[in-house]
Amino acid sequence: MVDRKVRVLIAKPGLDGHDRGAKVVARGLRDAGMEVIYTGLHQTPEMIAQAALQEDVDIVGLSMLSGAHMSIVPRVLAELKECGLQDVSLFIGGIIPDDDIPRLHKMGVRGIYGPGTPLEQIVAHIRTEVGDD
Amino acid sequence: MSALRGERYDSSALAQIVTQALGGNRRAIAQLITVVEQGGPAAREVLAQVYPRTGQAHLIGVTGAPGSGKSTLVNEMAKAYRRQDLEVGIIAVDPTSPFSGGAILGDRIRMRDVATDQHIFIRSMATRGSLGGLARATADATRVLDAAGYPVILIETVGAGQSEVEIARFAHTTVVLQVPASGDEIQAIKAGILEVADIIVVNKADLPGADNAAAALEAMLDLNSVPTGPHHGRDATAQPSTGDADSIEHHWRPPVLKTCALRGTGVPELIEAVQAHRAHQQRSEYSRLKERERVEGELRGILSQALLRELLNRLPAAELERTVARILAREQDPYAAAQVLMAQAGISQNRKESTA
Repeated sequence: MVDRKVRVLIAKPGLDGHDRGAKVVARGLRDAGMEVIYTGLHQTPEMIAQAALQEDVDIVGLSMLSGAHMSIVPRVLAELKECGLQDVSLFIGGIIPDDDIPRLHKMGVRGIYGPGTPLEQIVAHIRTEVGDD
Repeated sequence: MSALRGERYDSSALAQIVTQALGGNRRAIAQLITVVEQGGPAAREVLAQVYPRTGQAHLIGVTGAPGSGKSTLVNEMAKAYRRQDLEVGIIAVDPTSPFSGGAILGDRIRMRDVATDQHIFIRSMATRGSLGGLARATADATRVLDAAGYPVILIETVGAGQSEVEIARFAHTTVVLQVPASGDEIQAIKAGILEVADIIVVNKADLPGADNAAAALEAMLDLNSVPTGPHHGRDATAQPSTGDADSIEHHWRPPVLKTCALRGTGVPELIEAVQAHRAHQQRSEYSRLKERERVEGELRGILSQALLRELLNRLPAAELERTVARILAREQDPYAAAQVLMAQAGISQNRKESTA
């Protein structure tokens, strides 16, 4: 009788308007049987954390193509912590230079997926992160 | 995953979260909604504690075709209620994909204005497809918000099926959205709009055809509001049946309002109408009867699901399979098969005839 679904927040922080990647991922996760809360463009770190809190999601995915990831990601992580959501896993997708990847991992980002990543890989990452195997 | 997810849960941790949620803690509220949405024993434990605190909120259903502007209007309505210093809960329902069981819940896109308001709580829900399950999960999520002290709860659903009608039954006030050029008044009759709506809104009223749409809906309402008493040569001895809510003339004619949700035009008038409807309901006998009917309907629904589960528990697992195969082979009809299965489970059908 227990109807359990993985809930994922897909958000696009910052100012760039290229949301095709976020939409492709959102659709792919839906097709994998997950519930995807899609917030759309231009989200502030505060909006993302509030949405994660109210929607009680298991995991948050950010789409970043503006190059602002090194300043936005720490703010999202701080807002999540502020809301008591430090256990919610964060992954990012988009254009992330190789040099930044270890630094983002160190901040607490659990997965980084650039263009061309097979959707199955992201699905598998989420299932492992939320313990839904 | 949180300790509250899945079949196993920690009862004392759950009780603590209930206490926090009743005190208004937003994280606890979010967690409880997850629990009640999942159903099962943890959900029942939560509802047992939450239920006595419910019944305070004004539940407002907002329904209409996809793209008619529901989320945008709900966003504007929430802002209007905030101007009255009322806290607002929002439950936004989007469909589950019948193929994958997943869903994209996108109502927050249109609710950016209120996304960080600490006095507004927005929760997206997927229909999840189980029969009657949406109405149950939505009702129970609403109860969590109600018990947590949200005096106004907006429930947004795509108006396209039976489950939405059930939600309309659950809400105190149902707002139905129409858009210009969405078909003639016969379409409105087919869609059941006039039966469900307490308030009809023609949204996107800046588009051509809005006045025509509103006029057509008004005309249909004129047909609808023929008095039920004896008149015009109708049999004067015919008595309307008493006791069920629908037969009681409650003298509320749904107003037809025009809004342009994107700009907020017409929203103050809509809020006024919604509040007038609530006040009207509270004055009349109708709302008490409707509430009684709803509670009985809910109880019957829970009983029928529980009975079905109990019946299936009593049958050997393979028996249902074999019966389905017999029906497929045209060896037995489904009614006879159901009788046989009930007898096998020790439930006699004949008793019904003797007590009826």
